[in-house]
Amino acid sequence: MVHISRAQLFAVIVVMLAGLLFALPNLLSRATLDQLPSWVPNQQVNLGLDLRGGSHLLLEVDVDGVFEEQLAGFVDSVRVELRRANIGYTGLGLEGNSVVFSLRDTADVDRARDVLRDYIGDATLRISDDGSGSITLSDQAMAERRISVVQQSIEIVRRRIDETGTREPTIARQGEDRILVQLPGVDDPQRVKDLLGQTARLSFHLVDEDVVPGVDSVPPGSRLLPAQEADPSGQVRGYVVRNRVMVSGDNLVDAQATFQEGQPVVSFRFDSVGAQRFGDTTRNNVGRLFAIVLDEEVISAPVIREPILGGRGVISGSFATQEVQDLALLLRAGALPAELTVLEERSVGPGLGADSIAAGETASLLGLVLVMLFMAAAYGLFGLMAACALLLNLILILAVLSGLQATLTLPGIAGIVLTIGMAVDANVLIFERIREEVRNGRGPVSAIDIGYRQALSAIIDANVTTLIAAVLLYNFGTGPIRGFAVTLAIGLVTSMFTAIMITRLMVVGWLRAGRPKKALPI
Amino acid sequence: MPLIRLFPAEPRIPFLAVRYWFLAIAMVLMTGSIATFFVQGLNFGVDFRGGILMEVRTEAPADLEDMRSRLGALDIGPVTLQEFGEPTDVLINLQRQEGAEDAQMEAINAVRAELGDEVAEYRRTEFVGPRVGEELRRAGMMATLLSLLGIGLYIWFRFEWHFAMASLLALVHDVIVTVGFFSFTQIEFNLTTLAAVLTIAGYSINDTVVVFDRVRETMRKYKKKSVPEMLNEALNQTLSRTILTSVTTLIALGSLYAFGGEVIRGFTAGLIWGVVIGTFSTIGIAVPLLYYLGLKRATMQTAGESGKEQAGNPSAG
Repeated sequence: MVHISRAQLFAVIVVMLAGLLFALPNLLSRATLDQLPSWVPNQQVNLGLDLRGGSHLLLEVDVDGVFEEQLAGFVDSVRVELRRANIGYTGLGLEGNSVVFSLRDTADVDRARDVLRDYIGDATLRISDDGSGSITLSDQAMAERRISVVQQSIEIVRRRIDETGTREPTIARQGEDRILVQLPGVDDPQRVKDLLGQTARLSFHLVDEDVVPGVDSVPPGSRLLPAQEADPSGQVRGYVVRNRVMVSGDNLVDAQATFQEGQPVVSFRFDSVGAQRFGDTTRNNVGRLFAIVLDEEVISAPVIREPILGGRGVISGSFATQEVQDLALLLRAGALPAELTVLEERSVGPGLGADSIAAGETASLLGLVLVMLFMAAAYGLFGLMAACALLLNLILILAVLSGLQATLTLPGIAGIVLTIGMAVDANVLIFERIREEVRNGRGPVSAIDIGYRQALSAIIDANVTTLIAAVLLYNFGTGPIRGFAVTLAIGLVTSMFTAIMITRLMVVGWLRAGRPKKALPI
Repeated sequence: MPLIRLFPAEPRIPFLAVRYWFLAIAMVLMTGSIATFFVQGLNFGVDFRGGILMEVRTEAPADLEDMRSRLGALDIGPVTLQEFGEPTDVLINLQRQEGAEDAQMEAINAVRAELGDEVAEYRRTEFVGPRVGEELRRAGMMATLLSLLGIGLYIWFRFEWHFAMASLLALVHDVIVTVGFFSFTQIEFNLTTLAAVLTIAGYSINDTVVVFDRVRETMRKYKKKSVPEMLNEALNQTLSRTILTSVTTLIALGSLYAFGGEVIRGFTAGLIWGVVIGTFSTIGIAVPLLYYLGLKRATMQTAGESGKEQAGNPSAG
């Protein structure tokens, strides 16, 4: 162990130079870094939200709600279409992921199949010869749908958050139907939550004017929806609207907040398909009420005075200016395919983050200095060498964190401080061993050789066991805990390198320089 | 320069002779821990119980009584307030609200509306829904069990079953006594403190492994000494290292406890306790258990001959 080959020496030097190079950006300002040539490492440590301030939201996509809605739609289709085709049925209802019914007359089986086929999308329609029928969402269809709903939701969430001007948001899928949103610098995510709290599904429906809301029963194919604005009398108003969507918000290409006659309104523009449908509907229904429905609520239901052919229109209602701006934003970004629920929220203000960084820096520097002093006091010159190795270890940790762009959190800083305390263990093991060998009457060179050799297995075993705990922490932990596991693991690996290789290099260098051969300064 | 020697060069402390005392202390600690755990349980943080935690900094030193009564009047269930490091910093804990996730948001907004201008800064807001809390609890338990298992397996692989069993029992002791510490002090038990428990497991085993490594070596070296004698010698030979490493770790942790900020103080307190307990359990539990588990020199030699030992560990004698 007292012989160090050129290759080893070279490797140590390369690692340390690389470490310095990768750690250096953390001492420079961002502006200086941007001027550096691109081949120079210029990444700083990536601070977690608990240190830089920001919000962390865990959202759940209500995919089951989508299925329920879809099944309810099937029930509706069966009711309306079979009735329209004069096919008698009984026992229409839900059963798990299926809509079941049975035909009164088995002679209608083929006709019922033809009628329903167009309305079931990717579901499976079965009508057996005895007249019992079912529309089933297959597991595969549901699984595919789940994936697409979640992906689509992520996309819409991203667009909505981008519209708010948040810088560097992270939006990622987590688990099966969850979305993790991280918003650096946003310490009050209320506005984002408001924006994500609405699906913003817009659709245009004709109003069923034959039915008086709240008095007559609602006929099949129509539904009663509440109006956004209350009656002057204070009662909640509603409209009975036809279920059929004449034009949907999917066909919008633009929406802007603007003013019309002093009122804030949203002006919108359709794509060519939407413009065509909008034109056709308004041309064929002049004089009727046309309901604008947002998330199952009628925003307004103006009378169609004349055909609107340009594909442009405005949505007016009782809006505040901010509401109009939000609505325009939501319509531009598109509707969410499912509702989102906030399962977990953690936000940290900039003040606490900055305080934590300052506290972490003080604690690590003080810990570092005290441990270095202690080592020097306990082991003299060799202790000083270990102290140098400790300092280099800290630089290496910083370098690895920067290079890998791992996230440093507050528990992560705690991990570094803990590493400072534990990193010297390897040196303590080695030095204690050397002392012991000296006591046993060995010469300096031989004692050092045996010391390093004998301590190695204990060092490796001890570090591997701690590493096991760190890996499990990483696997089961979330956010800040992962940060702790990462720095702990990095620290363990780098400390083995510095405590064994670097100190050995120094000790061997010292031996070669021909210093006192009799008593080791330990 | 005179170097600090914490211990005589070759201490001869009869650790094994006082093993009854150690085991008695361990039993007392464990019984006490289990008792406090069942009497007052753990002060689960928002991570595990679900609910809402807000840390606010007020404009003027906070009047906790006034805040408590005003927040208590809101229809948001029991509210606990505590000063957090500074007289202007207040930690507000709300129970999980009845109803779905939306109800939690409403509660947060109700608190914000009530406190209004008094608050200079919302330093932290954490809301964990009931489902996530439940998942985190389960994941935490899994992590603890698996890390114990993983560490045990590694020791078994590197040494043999006596060592694995002894270190595992010592670890179980550490975990129980650390959980007891959190129960006794009622320091909030959250995800971060759970990390402290797992780290303690890692630290304690680290310590144990070093001593076991020496035990193994000692047993190969001497052909005639009795097992207790050899165990004692291994403990004494590694004592200086055990203490030194504990001291450096405690120095670093002490610095973290004093200056690392309020948020991780509980976590650091747990680590400090754990380092002491981990050191104790190595000397007082793991090594005596080796003796009780009937470790014999013969088994060591067979193990060595079967090639289970590491090649880079030739006998020094």
